[in-house]
Amino acid sequence: MSIVGQFILLVLSAFILIPVMSARWKGIITVCIVSLLAILSSVLAFQSLSGTTYEYLFRGSLVTGVIPVRMDALSGWFILIINFTFITGAFYGLHYMKAYREQKTNLSLHWISLILVQASLIGICVLQNFFVFLIAWEIMALSSFILIIFEYQKRETLNAGINFLIQSHICILFLTLGFIWVSMKMNAYDFTAITAFSSTYSLLTSASLFLCFFFGFAIKSGFVPFHTWLPYAHPVAPAHVSGIMSGVIIKIGIYGILRMLLLIKTDYLILGYIILFISIVSGLYGVMLAIIQHNIKKLLAYHSIENIGIIGIGIGLGCIGIGKGNQLLTLLGFAGALLHTLNHSLFKSVLFYGAGNVYQATHSTDIERMGGLSKKMPHTAFLFLIAALAICGLPPFNGFVSEFLIYNGMFTGLQSADKVLLNAIVCGLFGLGLIGGLAMLCFTKAYGAIFLGTARHQFPDAPKEAGMGKLIPMYAGVMVMLAIGIFPQYFIVAISKPLQLFTLIPGHTVVPGKLPFADTLSMVGLCALVFLGLTGLIYFIRKKITSDKPQYINATWACGYVVPTSKMQYTASSFTRAYRKLAEPFLSIHKKKTDISGIFPVNGGQETHPYDKIEEWLIDVPLNMLKSFIGKFSFLQNGNLQFYILYGMVFITLVLGIPYVFEYIQSLIKFLNTL
Amino acid sequence: MISFVLIILASLFFTGIIIRTKSITSGRKGPGIFQPMQDILRLLKKGAVYSKTTSFIFQIAPSIYFASVITAIMVIPLGAYKGIISFEGDFVFFAYVLGVGKFFNIISALDTGSSFEGMGASREALFSMFAEPAFFILMGSLALLTGHSSFQQIFNSLHFGSSISYVLGILATFVLTIITMVENSRMPFDDPKTHLELTMVHEVMILDNNGFDLGLIFYTTSLKFAMYGCLIANLFMGDFPLYLTIPIFFGMQILFAMAIGLLESFTARFRMNHNAQYILALSSVSLLIFLGVLLILGLFN
Repeated sequence: MSIVGQFILLVLSAFILIPVMSARWKGIITVCIVSLLAILSSVLAFQSLSGTTYEYLFRGSLVTGVIPVRMDALSGWFILIINFTFITGAFYGLHYMKAYREQKTNLSLHWISLILVQASLIGICVLQNFFVFLIAWEIMALSSFILIIFEYQKRETLNAGINFLIQSHICILFLTLGFIWVSMKMNAYDFTAITAFSSTYSLLTSASLFLCFFFGFAIKSGFVPFHTWLPYAHPVAPAHVSGIMSGVIIKIGIYGILRMLLLIKTDYLILGYIILFISIVSGLYGVMLAIIQHNIKKLLAYHSIENIGIIGIGIGLGCIGIGKGNQLLTLLGFAGALLHTLNHSLFKSVLFYGAGNVYQATHSTDIERMGGLSKKMPHTAFLFLIAALAICGLPPFNGFVSEFLIYNGMFTGLQSADKVLLNAIVCGLFGLGLIGGLAMLCFTKAYGAIFLGTARHQFPDAPKEAGMGKLIPMYAGVMVMLAIGIFPQYFIVAISKPLQLFTLIPGHTVVPGKLPFADTLSMVGLCALVFLGLTGLIYFIRKKITSDKPQYINATWACGYVVPTSKMQYTASSFTRAYRKLAEPFLSIHKKKTDISGIFPVNGGQETHPYDKIEEWLIDVPLNMLKSFIGKFSFLQNGNLQFYILYGMVFITLVLGIPYVFEYIQSLIKFLNTL
Repeated sequence: MISFVLIILASLFFTGIIIRTKSITSGRKGPGIFQPMQDILRLLKKGAVYSKTTSFIFQIAPSIYFASVITAIMVIPLGAYKGIISFEGDFVFFAYVLGVGKFFNIISALDTGSSFEGMGASREALFSMFAEPAFFILMGSLALLTGHSSFQQIFNSLHFGSSISYVLGILATFVLTIITMVENSRMPFDDPKTHLELTMVHEVMILDNNGFDLGLIFYTTSLKFAMYGCLIANLFMGDFPLYLTIPIFFGMQILFAMAIGLLESFTARFRMNHNAQYILALSSVSLLIFLGVLLILGLFN
């Protein structure tokens, strides 16, 4: 039996096995099936990364036509990312879901959906038939909807879920439009038809086809201004689902964009500028809003938008490189984008798992109520710290490597003598530099408020460290992060084949045997190692010197005040206050304030609710206008049965009457003509 | 390698010169230029009092801060002579490895649970983040001018030919000086000698550090000064031989230290809430350099 057959059989077995198992075994079976699916697909993925392309043509049906299953290096790379995140996610989820054992049917649905999402994501990476691709996409959208609304009893969860459902279908709408356009013109369902389409029609037509696909995929991956579903869906989903969603589900949009770039032959330069611009805006806007969030998972969700922006900057640079025929720029741009896709899936899933640990320990996601958790949850605190460093792009972790590649791409681009490109790159440098700084502000705030200082709130159950089951997947993620940070040269070899796909696009004739920046990257790794070693050495010296010196423990310095309370600490809001004041024009924050006044003052207070300005203008305003327009007809909907019967009568009369009247008028005109 | 040794040497007297300049301008004789080093040595030998709120972050942060600056110094060249480490895009590594130190500094301040230190941390995070784009645009412009993308290659091929390039050198010096002041939390952004916790930035972040850790932090400040001083000196070295670069290096360091001393004596600190805008405006000076480079390369025709 072929691998595809085994794959489908495994997915189907989940439908039969999971519902009949006990709550404990449902999870274990899921982990097994997820791992098996991962092994099956990874075998092929590894082969494709080493250069062999796997192709299988299914006969399909009359409706779909031939279904080609193609796995090239690009699919292989994304499948490996998907599989790693799903394995850690499933392991983490197994232990995270222990708290919900009594909801048996709900759990069955959840686990089956998890397997379906994995299967459909892998399917999306390899299926190259319009019709089947859309079916896989729809399965992915629906099953991730079910994953998100696990806690459907909460109103906000359902709202977020429905928001997600609607926006994913707008995404599908764009994709369907693009596919219908191509299949109408080329009369084929195969992805190769897209290439044929773009070489038959003008550059402008194929560029607009690309933009049609780009908007669709951008909704999925959360580019600004298509990001509004993301900050709702992530916080309400269970932690492992948020991790998987942020780690790989939004990345499938990136896969789509890259795939379309490979398929559509068009003016890459213009597309590159468009993508670069949207990405810089996404990156800045994402991190700017992340800083003011109080909800830890919402904060991480906005950071996903930022990181999608960084990936997009890489893609944009790569496209410009293709357009300019600058091979080094192409390589650096796409290498940065591909590597950052992996990196983001690693550190973001660890961050979400960490947030999940915190949520299950404190039953809250409000960072203003936390504090001092690093003493109660040392492992989570450590892992969260590493992931926070990595997401800020700091060495010696993986985030730095991909950002370094993108920076290097920009400096390579600077050596061209094109004014437009130079200006674009200066904007990119400014953007990426600022994103890095802002991310640091955001994560020092988040880490400080959650894990450091003293507890701001007394929780009914004292927070406890998560079990080993939840920590092991996180440690696995962190190990890979560190490995990429220290030995980037080995990981860059893995993406050399996907990169070759992009350099094979016309305009480039030379296929590089060895990536030109491999040596530089090994230097980066070495530097990271030196830094780590130096830190260890200095800490060791410090330990040695201070070991025989007297040490005392005392209260924190508060100008001589010796009984400081936790209320005296800086809060997360006050930490970012100066930033908030500066960035006010770009933000939308709803404030509620009660001043302390009068002779016998009562408690004062201040609440801030961060909101999204783009959402306000792009979604709420049109929606309200639509509502008020439709509201004008609300008198029709008056609740009287008699009126509804009247509407029915009117409708029937019109349906019957209009053709009659039409015919009458026609004969009248005929009569007049004969006169 | 030579730059590393020289920077370590310069760091021994750099803060001393600043303090001496400040005392002379205020009409005092002042301590010798090695006094700060002796203070640091004494601190290194002391025991410590730790706040009971703190965790392992507080213990490890000063070491990481120190290590980050040492690693950053390894990247810096001396004219034609490479640093210990040199590769394409090494200044990105330079900026980001300094970021690690900053990150740990900030969270170690938050670790104490003190409102003062939170305030300082908040300010430091905000100010230093705004200085980042200015640095990258500056380096980008120099990369564009020279066609290279590593510290050593850029400085080596930075020839001051036309009259515009002299202006660029001065502007670049200005940007680097301001970045130094921001990174080291000195005037006009922060007054290290202020006596009130509410008006401090950096000093208030390290209120609870003492003993070995405090000594380490103080010495790191000196190192950072000498490091940026070396960067500025590099702007004026080109590919001179060693017997010229070493005097230029020390000359620049002493000049730089005296300039900082004078700046601190005769300027007042900016209003805290306007600092961020001012630092962000530094990017526009960097942009000016970028435009100057375009002018030199004749891209305006």
